[in-house]
Amino acid sequence: METHLTALPNMPPVDKRGESPFFHYRLGAPGIEQRGPGFREFATTAGAAAKTEPPAFGVWRLQRAKLRRVTVWFAALAVCLDGSCALAAPVEDSIAQRAQACVGCHGKEGRAAADGYYPRIAGKPAGYLYNQLLNFRDGRRPYALMTTLLQPLTDDYLHEIASHFSSLELPYPPPQPVGSGHPASLAHGKALVTQGDAARHIPACTQCHGKALTGVAPAIPGLLGLPPDYLNAQLGAWQTGGRHAQAPDCMAQVAKLLSPDDVSALTQWLSTQPLPASTQPAASLPSALPIRCGGVPAGSTGDKP
Amino acid sequence: MKRLLTLLLVIAGLAVALVALNLRGEASIPGTAIAPLTAALPPTPGQIARGNYLALLGDCRACHSTQGGTPYAGGRGVDTPFGTVYAPNLTPDDKTGIGSWTSAHFWRALHNGRSRDGHLLYPAFPYPNYTHVTRQDSDAIYAYLRSLAPVSQPNRPNTLRFPYDSQFSLAVWRALYFSPGQHVPDPARSGEWNRGAYLVQGLGHCNACHSSRNLLGATRGAMDLGGGLIPVQNWYAPSLSAAHEAGVADWDTQQVVELLRKGVSPQASTLGPMAEVVFRSTQYFSDDDLHAVAIYLKALPPARARPKALGSDAAQAASARLFDQGAKIYEKQCASCHGDQGQGAAGAYPALAGNRALQMNSSVNLVRVVVEGGFAPATAANPRPYGMPPFATALNDEEIAAVVTFMRRSWGNGASPVSPLEVSRSRGPTIQ
Repeated sequence: METHLTALPNMPPVDKRGESPFFHYRLGAPGIEQRGPGFREFATTAGAAAKTEPPAFGVWRLQRAKLRRVTVWFAALAVCLDGSCALAAPVEDSIAQRAQACVGCHGKEGRAAADGYYPRIAGKPAGYLYNQLLNFRDGRRPYALMTTLLQPLTDDYLHEIASHFSSLELPYPPPQPVGSGHPASLAHGKALVTQGDAARHIPACTQCHGKALTGVAPAIPGLLGLPPDYLNAQLGAWQTGGRHAQAPDCMAQVAKLLSPDDVSALTQWLSTQPLPASTQPAASLPSALPIRCGGVPAGSTGDKP
Repeated sequence: MKRLLTLLLVIAGLAVALVALNLRGEASIPGTAIAPLTAALPPTPGQIARGNYLALLGDCRACHSTQGGTPYAGGRGVDTPFGTVYAPNLTPDDKTGIGSWTSAHFWRALHNGRSRDGHLLYPAFPYPNYTHVTRQDSDAIYAYLRSLAPVSQPNRPNTLRFPYDSQFSLAVWRALYFSPGQHVPDPARSGEWNRGAYLVQGLGHCNACHSSRNLLGATRGAMDLGGGLIPVQNWYAPSLSAAHEAGVADWDTQQVVELLRKGVSPQASTLGPMAEVVFRSTQYFSDDDLHAVAIYLKALPPARARPKALGSDAAQAASARLFDQGAKIYEKQCASCHGDQGQGAAGAYPALAGNRALQMNSSVNLVRVVVEGGFAPATAANPRPYGMPPFATALNDEEIAAVVTFMRRSWGNGASPVSPLEVSRSRGPTIQ
């Protein structure tokens, strides 16, 4: 982790405020999504990004030469009230540029890596992303930074933003190293993900999230390439009622059947899995959903639920 | 004995005065003791449509709906320094809404701040403004609300602290700070100005934010738009009469109209609470009404320029170091959108050079924008606004203080430095 930080000389020193929530996530404390990650998670996310790609805020400048050829530019005089006017920088008129607010946390082009806190959004099913944007804006998923940011935006615009990130087909970085996970725990995690636990009425993750776990269009997200801290936080939030989806809230029902050991085993296993060759969400479910989900449109066609 | 009698008389006198002050200007509502009156005439579609429009002007829905909830079914909490007041259900449900209200009850709530059952309403419901609304407009809003589908959603009780939770305290407050008003047109002014005054002082309730409040939460009256910190929300609503804050005396009328319709203009952008006001309310104003608001705001008596607070000597000394650190942060995090000279980009990113919003004595808005990022409102005239990322997790308090200090003191900007402590205080209550 420290090496990541040194790889990014412009990042400021680790702030102690990051310590406490960081270890909460590690322990899979439930319902902590509201607290948000500390600085440390961001530093590690950005640090990892620096190894594979330039940091998020450099994207506009780095792509400028390329974009200049293909996009509409307009230059205009900035209105300077003090009279010292300079020529305004030209701005690319694209949804990618308009949605730069998202990549600060979710990584360049929305492809945050699995070693921070914020989830990757690039390539996720459009219906899923759209549902989450609505959930944040309308208070079903409380996370102050997202809720505040989305407050003055319309359904149509959120749908456009969701479709944009969904349409990005970008390579995934390698998964988390297997690390210190106990082999028995990893095996338990794998069993839960691929087979579920019939005795406890827990469906396998693959039954809904696709055999390859890359999600199912239009509304079920993939589970690979995500930070374990993020996965733990989500399952914890579902268990405690901190995160909701449209009713009936199938994921809340499943999460409440999981013990803390189950949660940590399956999130560990998920975060160490490499992505398959095709990272696209499956076009359809392998079989009917084991339980009803309000966020998944009946028939699962089209991308706007 | 005589002393006791005098004391009792004084107490009785005060009680009578308190009741009288709270009931002043009220006409009795006939039939309330027997049965709710049915409207004498059924509302016309035109009246309902007008009521819908007036409810938008008043931004009623913003408080009387939860985010994602049924419009006008109530439930949103208004946080105040005294506790939280929950907006009630305005749909015509008999048990939980205003199903049993007559237009006279509705008018009394709007005009006198008393509910159907006679209890006093908290001024988080801005009846000190709505008291200026005409009976005709009140009836139209009532007709519109009655046309909605009834929703059975019980009201949430307020969670106010003692002593603010008692009707007695509220009665004292009202005796001190509230008197029913009436919009009296000024014959010396144009019709447009008068319409603007009616909208700004009444339904628009602009001074609910754009005015300072005293210790008991009272504003200085609907005429005062001198700016103030919004309690609990912790955004500064700038003065609408001061040239160095958000006064528009030297703007073209059309520029004011554009800002309130679109949410952004070459002169200024709205973010935070004002973005929400544009999103939910002012973008729906008719051309004529926006024009009237602009005329009125432009004609506000100009506030005297306040001396610029430049900070203590220690702050000045610290600012040089912050400034240098801030310059580096600006170059890395901000310049790609806002330009290396703070020139911004037309139509997308506001210029920071010469921007009044950056240079106010209160730096709270600037800090909030850096911490939380934000989008301008997605209005019909600007449906796909550009956004700014939150820096809450990327920059710590000292770094934010540095970059904010740099922006306040560069490119001809001249404002006081901002310390890390101020940044820490300015961050929102939930975003740390």
